[in-house]
Amino acid sequence: MLNLFRKIIKTGRVTEHYDSGPVPPRFRGEVVLEESRCRNCQNCREACPTGAIAFIDGKLIIDNNACIFCGRCIEVCEHNALAHTAEYRLAELQGQLAGKIKSILHRSLNIRHIDAGSCNGCDWEMTALNNPVYDLQQYGIDFVASPRHADMLMVTGVVTRNLAQALAMTYEATPEPKLVMAVGACAASGKVFGKSYAIRGAADTIVPVDIYVPGCPPRPAALIYGLLLALDRLGGKHK
Amino acid sequence: MTSALQVIPAATLRAAATVASHNGQYRLTAMFANDERPVHGYFAVYAIFTGKGEPACKTIKAIIKQDEPLEFPSLTPLMAAAAWYEREIHDLFGLVPFGHPDLRPLVLHENWPHGLYPLRKDFRPDMPVPEGGGQYPVPSVQGEGVFEVPVGPIHAGIIEPGHFRFSQAGENIINLEAKLFFTHRGIEKAVEGLPLPMALYRTERICGVCSVSNTLSYAHAVETMAGAEVPARGQYLRVLAAELERLYNHVGDIGNLCAGVGFAAGVSHGSRLKEQLMRLNERLTGNRFLRGWVTLGGVHMDITRDMAQDIQQTLTGVTRDFAELLGLLRNNDAFLDRINTTGILPYQAAVDLGVVGVAARASGIDSDVRRDFPYAAYRDFSFSVPVYTSGDVAARLWVRADEAVESAKIVGQVLDSLPSGNFKTALPPVKPYSTAFSLTESPRGSNLHWLMAGEKGTIYRYFVRSASYPNWPALTVAAPGNIIPDFPLINKSFELCYACLDR
Repeated sequence: MLNLFRKIIKTGRVTEHYDSGPVPPRFRGEVVLEESRCRNCQNCREACPTGAIAFIDGKLIIDNNACIFCGRCIEVCEHNALAHTAEYRLAELQGQLAGKIKSILHRSLNIRHIDAGSCNGCDWEMTALNNPVYDLQQYGIDFVASPRHADMLMVTGVVTRNLAQALAMTYEATPEPKLVMAVGACAASGKVFGKSYAIRGAADTIVPVDIYVPGCPPRPAALIYGLLLALDRLGGKHK
Repeated sequence: MTSALQVIPAATLRAAATVASHNGQYRLTAMFANDERPVHGYFAVYAIFTGKGEPACKTIKAIIKQDEPLEFPSLTPLMAAAAWYEREIHDLFGLVPFGHPDLRPLVLHENWPHGLYPLRKDFRPDMPVPEGGGQYPVPSVQGEGVFEVPVGPIHAGIIEPGHFRFSQAGENIINLEAKLFFTHRGIEKAVEGLPLPMALYRTERICGVCSVSNTLSYAHAVETMAGAEVPARGQYLRVLAAELERLYNHVGDIGNLCAGVGFAAGVSHGSRLKEQLMRLNERLTGNRFLRGWVTLGGVHMDITRDMAQDIQQTLTGVTRDFAELLGLLRNNDAFLDRINTTGILPYQAAVDLGVVGVAARASGIDSDVRRDFPYAAYRDFSFSVPVYTSGDVAARLWVRADEAVESAKIVGQVLDSLPSGNFKTALPPVKPYSTAFSLTESPRGSNLHWLMAGEKGTIYRYFVRSASYPNWPALTVAAPGNIIPDFPLINKSFELCYACLDR
């Protein structure tokens, strides 16, 4: 027992604010376009494994929700028009529900996780939110065991045929008002594995989604950013 | 590894398998089907056996011609390891393993219509599939005071989906039935027709935490077909990637095991150390799961001298810290009381089910793909393979602990002797309809990937057998006889991926 106390005291405090952690130089964040350099060759569109790149009216559009941040588009671009930035705060809010949630929930949020068909990458990053470094509870946010106790569902993975019913039933079981967050490229776009007999699509093909968090998987800091955005607690600090 | 291929008519499969197993010297490692009607005019059922003799690997290819009845003799009565493979073949191809004791659906659930087989070539991905209304009978134990506890597929924690049905007498588990494949994404079908390099990104996403191992298996298979030689530096960096993957998994898993007994300080320390390792991963590759490092023909990016130093420093700190954590666990009687003799997987059951990886080594099976069938640069490094015989939760924990220490040593050796030069080579074109397979050791055990190329460097058939595939049925052997509160602990000690299994 004494050894245990010694170890705890020796380790000290390790908790960080979510965006005080370093973003390493090799980190592959948002892909941005230098428009003047783009020659419309569309090599990047063909190279993209998830179909995240489209040319609409001759303009290159990157769908962050479908991007897996692999960097293939940047490699094949002969004109150096594309580049990664260190930006990981890519979560986007949809609809009007968020304000309502804020007025009811104030500064606390209880989350229920649903794996709708993920590779477990996003799930492990959500687990990491509970480690002492990110310590999600410092923001008044916690994971709960039942949808009956939840204010938000965090959905990971493409919705598989075998889980569509479980996802719909879990949503039904969650009391109003409720938020749904689609975590990672699979849940946000449903495109990562292409067309398959076993896949129904993105989370929003089964339940309405309020927040989309891109990434493959999103790093824990990106998840916390998404959560604080949903709670309207960023105070205009970012974006 | 050396391998031999034997082509036989399906009717003689059982006899051929008996000979191939060589009185149990060779174990059934994988079994799968392939629709080769467009190429050869028949269905094929493959059974791969591996052993320590010469050749190391024996493949049986059993042929079912189009005009014959679509069936083959089941191997399950001979070897229990065949049970799930044959159910899967039955689900996806509609080939009937006659004599199989349990042909309930496995991969496709009762929502799938009867008589539609998605992995046949005449099933197109855009075909509409109506909702099926089948039944999934679950065996139950009858008797006074016996009751059932259904759990899942959505669980109470941050965890993947699976359905468990416990038959209980009081707190004691009498029987455990697991219904899985909820996260079945049909990846094997979805990659058919894709160019080989494009499918790599899907391979990398079969499973989050076995990303390097799965990608390595795939890359090896493609490189074998293409006859490409990966440069030495690339091989060394691949070993580095694989060992970093094992390290963060094992360290995290030992922390998670503490959660199974409610030892919060252990959970905190384990997850803190895992976080340090994952941040190291992100510094090296830009991704916390090491995605994007392994590529066809080598690795995608090199490491700098600063990075090598960073790895060394981080690992020195983490291994010291980790040893302290293990010291806390080794001397904690309350902890040891919960893990010793809990969830025993007997040696013979592990052999019969073809169990691999940590679970096998904890039950006394001395096997490790890195040593037995060396790949990448593993021949160049010395490391020991820990084997325990008690087969309980404790044994699986100590195997992980010992392996993590060995992994850190291997990383040290890689950094000390990293050859200079290229880390990547270009791939020559792949001959149409050539086949290859590869085994690698993931943190959970051996991952087998089998590939058949199509025209113009595309995929004709891709089969993935992850470490979790043979290990899942072992859980239903280890759990009965224990109390239900110990089940999460037993489950965690096996550390089974659902995503790898379901694909």
